[in-house]
Amino acid sequence: MFHFSNIVRTKGDPKILEGGPSLKRPEDQVARALGWFSIGLGAVEFFAPKRVTGTLGMEGHEALVRAFGVREILAGIVSLSVDKNAGLWARVGGDGLDAAALLSGLTSDNPKKGNIALALLVVGGITMLDYRAAQDTKPRRPSREARRRLYPNRSGFPKGLANARSGAKQIAAHPTAERS
Amino acid sequence: MKALVWHGKEDIRCDTVTDPEIQDPRDAIIKVTSCAICGSDLHLFHNFIPGMLPGDIMGHETMGEVVDVGSGVDGKLTKGDRIVVPFTIICGECDQCKRGNFSVCETTNRKRHLAEKVFGHSCAGLFGYTHLTGGYPGGQAEYLRVPYADATHIKVPAGIPDEQLLFFSDIFPTGWQAAVQCDIEPTDTVAIWGCGPVGQMAIRSAILLGANQVIAIDCLPERLSMAEAGGATTINFETQSVVERLNELTDGKGPEKCIDCAGMEAHVMASQPDTLLDRAKQMVMLESDRPHVLREMIYVCRPGGIISVAGVYSGFSDKMPMGAFMNKGLTMRTGQTHVNRWTDDLLRRIEDGEIDPSFVITHTVPLSQGPEMYQVFRDKRDSCVKVVLKP
Repeated sequence: MFHFSNIVRTKGDPKILEGGPSLKRPEDQVARALGWFSIGLGAVEFFAPKRVTGTLGMEGHEALVRAFGVREILAGIVSLSVDKNAGLWARVGGDGLDAAALLSGLTSDNPKKGNIALALLVVGGITMLDYRAAQDTKPRRPSREARRRLYPNRSGFPKGLANARSGAKQIAAHPTAERS
Repeated sequence: MKALVWHGKEDIRCDTVTDPEIQDPRDAIIKVTSCAICGSDLHLFHNFIPGMLPGDIMGHETMGEVVDVGSGVDGKLTKGDRIVVPFTIICGECDQCKRGNFSVCETTNRKRHLAEKVFGHSCAGLFGYTHLTGGYPGGQAEYLRVPYADATHIKVPAGIPDEQLLFFSDIFPTGWQAAVQCDIEPTDTVAIWGCGPVGQMAIRSAILLGANQVIAIDCLPERLSMAEAGGATTINFETQSVVERLNELTDGKGPEKCIDCAGMEAHVMASQPDTLLDRAKQMVMLESDRPHVLREMIYVCRPGGIISVAGVYSGFSDKMPMGAFMNKGLTMRTGQTHVNRWTDDLLRRIEDGEIDPSFVITHTVPLSQGPEMYQVFRDKRDSCVKVVLKP
């Protein structure tokens, strides 16, 4: 079976013949996709805020759009990291801000209010996806209150802790013991 | 053969791969009987250390039976020998090996140009630990090729179970060297940050080297209970102030000796804002390590004291309190452990019944369950402290 990674193997090192199951769950792939989407959207908002405000009929709000772009990029980076759950919750919060900003532009005198309605619909869908992904990627660490198995009998000293301590003291007290 | 293969961040799989072959006359092949997941493997699992490529075999804590030897091994190993494989690959001939500085062997890193660019100089080749250290396939597998096998091995006697010997490969000599580097005096208080497997070994080592008081710092009850069993006074940093408690336990003087067994992935928590900042910077690649423990050690260590770093750091650390470090006249000693420098002494201690390193094992599973155990170990589920894999 062809595996791309085999190309970079040093001659003679083991090569993959057959891949085993991946640890990645579908929700991890969704989180990854949302992370890249967030970075892409953030880049558009940051570098082309006028196109965004023009499309939505919200001219004059370029600084806000740019700030939202920075927020999107940061949330995307966190979503792609091992702390993806925090990134996804940040995206859920960001979706709320996006919706609020869009609603503020949904006025009767806005000729592009149709675009805003469409954008709100998309934000709603993405919010559901973000929320679901955030729920599904909850860290599986046990809570602080969770019951733990304790190891009070694992001293590692077969002859006992007291014996280990006294052995060390005897060596230290020996007249030939070297002191640095 | 089956092997645990790195495919990307948080993606390790039990793949079928080709068997290793003798590539050089100084090689040997072993049939792995036991291997373990190390805390430092989690840095690779999280992709925090650069230089991993999809297809790399994980693992640097391995032992087994020699099944093939190259013509240049020169009788130092024969088929059927039982050996522990140190995680550092050593030639035994270069200037550093002759000085006993095995972990900085000048010969064995086959991709030394990468290490020289990043670190200034190359260090020893390591098993299963990125292409910066040679890109050698690791030992979480059914078979392992041991390069420079005439020097890179610890022969161990029959009659002692794998579980007592396996940790010669890394964590036992790592904890031991961390304590030895402290020049422990009988009046010393030794404070140890991190009660993972290396921290547990450092605690026992400090006791065996005669420390007056050993203080262990962590937040996980199972690890703190194990530390206490080994003779340490414990501090739970989630519920207690480390600085205040250390001052209480040392009459305000601070511990003379401090050991970092946590390394580059220090716990992140809101009550320690520097850890939040480090994590944020790490995410956007403005900093590679989270050195909260180093900062805290410098702050609490008694002036004139020694700081010993056993935890792994990969690159760049910010906001190091060099003013305190310099003005307090502290000494810092670091390094990957020089495994073979210590193993004769440590083997004697095991044979004499002074210590049994198997106390740290909490989970033993087949190799095929390795990928799931990476998650269990990372998430500290099921009170997991140390995982041993059986191919």
